[in-house]
Amino acid sequence: MKLILGIESSCDETGIALYHTERGLLAHTLHSQIAMHNEYGGVVPELASRDHVRYALPLVREVMKQASCTLGDIDTIAFTQGPGLSGALLVGASVACSLAYALNIPTIAVHHLEGHLLSPLLSDPAPEFPFVALLVSGGHTQLMRVDGVGLYTLLGETLDDAAGEAFDKSAKLLGLDYPGGALLSKLAQHGSPGRFKLPRPMLHSGDLDFSFSGLKTAILLVVQKNAQDEQTRADIARAAQDAIVEVLVKKSLSALKLTGLKQLVIAGGVGANQALRAQLNQAAQQHSFKVFYPDLEFCTDNGAMIAFAGALRMQQHEAQRDYRFNVKPRWDLQQFSQAD
Amino acid sequence: MKILALETSTEYCSVALWHDGAVSERCELVGQKHSEMLLAMLDVLLQDSGFGIQDMDGIAFGKGPGSFTGVRIACGVAQGLALGANLEVAGVCTLEALAQASGREKVIAALDARMGEIYLAAYEKYEGTWVAVIAPCLCKAEDAPQVTGAAWHGAGSGFAVNGAALQARYGEQLGSMDAQAVPQAGAVAQLAAIEFAKGNAVDAAQALPLYLRDKVALKTSER
Ligand SMILES: Nc1ncnc2c1ncn2[C@@H]1O[C@H](COP(=O)(O)OP(=O)(O)OP(=O)(O)O)[C@@H](O)[C@H]1O
Repeated sequence: MKLILGIESSCDETGIALYHTERGLLAHTLHSQIAMHNEYGGVVPELASRDHVRYALPLVREVMKQASCTLGDIDTIAFTQGPGLSGALLVGASVACSLAYALNIPTIAVHHLEGHLLSPLLSDPAPEFPFVALLVSGGHTQLMRVDGVGLYTLLGETLDDAAGEAFDKSAKLLGLDYPGGALLSKLAQHGSPGRFKLPRPMLHSGDLDFSFSGLKTAILLVVQKNAQDEQTRADIARAAQDAIVEVLVKKSLSALKLTGLKQLVIAGGVGANQALRAQLNQAAQQHSFKVFYPDLEFCTDNGAMIAFAGALRMQQHEAQRDYRFNVKPRWDLQQFSQAD
Repeated sequence: MKILALETSTEYCSVALWHDGAVSERCELVGQKHSEMLLAMLDVLLQDSGFGIQDMDGIAFGKGPGSFTGVRIACGVAQGLALGANLEVAGVCTLEALAQASGREKVIAALDARMGEIYLAAYEKYEGTWVAVIAPCLCKAEDAPQVTGAAWHGAGSGFAVNGAALQARYGEQLGSMDAQAVPQAGAVAQLAAIEFAKGNAVDAAQALPLYLRDKVALKTSER
């Protein structure tokens, strides 16, 4: 029976949560910087760090209050050690490790993607190991075989842009605010399918890798060639979404076929996309497998997944007390799981 | 009264314990490895002193200006320590820490701010208290604000990088110079002790940086 405080600060959200190994998630809170970065057309790393250092501590107090716990109740502090923006990671790491030092409790360094990967286990019903995970966020697109906590095999990944990045860049070309993924998908609802044909990069590559960088060039051409009336923009959005979603769905199916597994788990911000969900659900019925999504609030970066991953990790590993809090802005999840 | 101080705004990492006026300090050249060293150094300092973090009466930190990342590490650690040990904090300006450590009475403190600029302030000691006659600012060495009078002491890396320009600017007014001086936790602790005694310490969440350089990116509308 342990109480874990989780701290996430790898990019543009400060997420703090309290997870109890028996009672589950007790409280979580999030400060998103999206509105701030929006004015700059993308995440400004220095501004992200400046925001984290203002919000981390008040948010820690907020979750303690929400859960009616005191700091003395915490057994371990989990924090995101990477990958991510180094300055941003350092804020979470310094608060986490110094607080742990003062409370005389250990810390657990969590891999951000492991947080995403395990986040569907926070939902009910939860998948059981082993499963295939499609990790689709602003910075990553990977298919993983997950055999247990820390047992990850990379099946395929993007060779260039991430799926979220593809959504965001397409959105930008359509004049939508940053990050435009969700806005593009909203616009696409009014679009008619098939008016514009966009490439499906690497759909038949025979492996499980992705490539999305060509898509933006194709979209740019379509945007330049056509008048930008509302319907045309919606039709282009629809075409972009259809292209990205189709590739994600097809490759996920191939991954299930290859591994022979019957559970697919979707993690990361793009997992919020309704078209993706609809097509996966349909495919799941057709090919009789089960698909799991994290609750919407846990799709994007959050503290709950970090506290939770920390809790699962604790069952395998001694939490550490050496209080060095170096971060790992670049950190391969596969390497990490092999190293353990 | 016992105050634990930390300073990580330059390539040095230092920690200090102020105990009723006596200061013990540790300082190491760490480059960018503050995160690996800071808490370990603090732990050794405390162990050597025989005290624990719970015995402290407050946390002091160098709030900047300086390396953004370094200063944020100091703030983050000050926040965490203070929250965990239920203490208040006092942030000290790194330029004032330079003045304090110089042992002089009239100090122009300057730190390299990169991009051809410096962080600069000037302090004079009146009846044992530092008064900022030039408030901390970000400027080019050749535009540094003027001081009055002579026998000023120049301290800090600003004088290493922009030594010639600052010397041209202040000329005869500059009596001595120590371009190697770095802000350290011992001086931070001494200055913070005064703030604690005056009741000027603040809540842990207020352990925040003094950046001085605020324009770090252009908005889409400004490009
Ligand atoms: N409904 C949606 N449709 C498509 N994309 C979406 C939707 N909602 C969010 N996204 C995209 O998800 C991404 C954000 O996801 P997330 O917060 O998981 O990633 P990140 O923090 O940017 O990257 P990482 O976690 O890899 O470091 C953005 O690219 C965003 O546009």
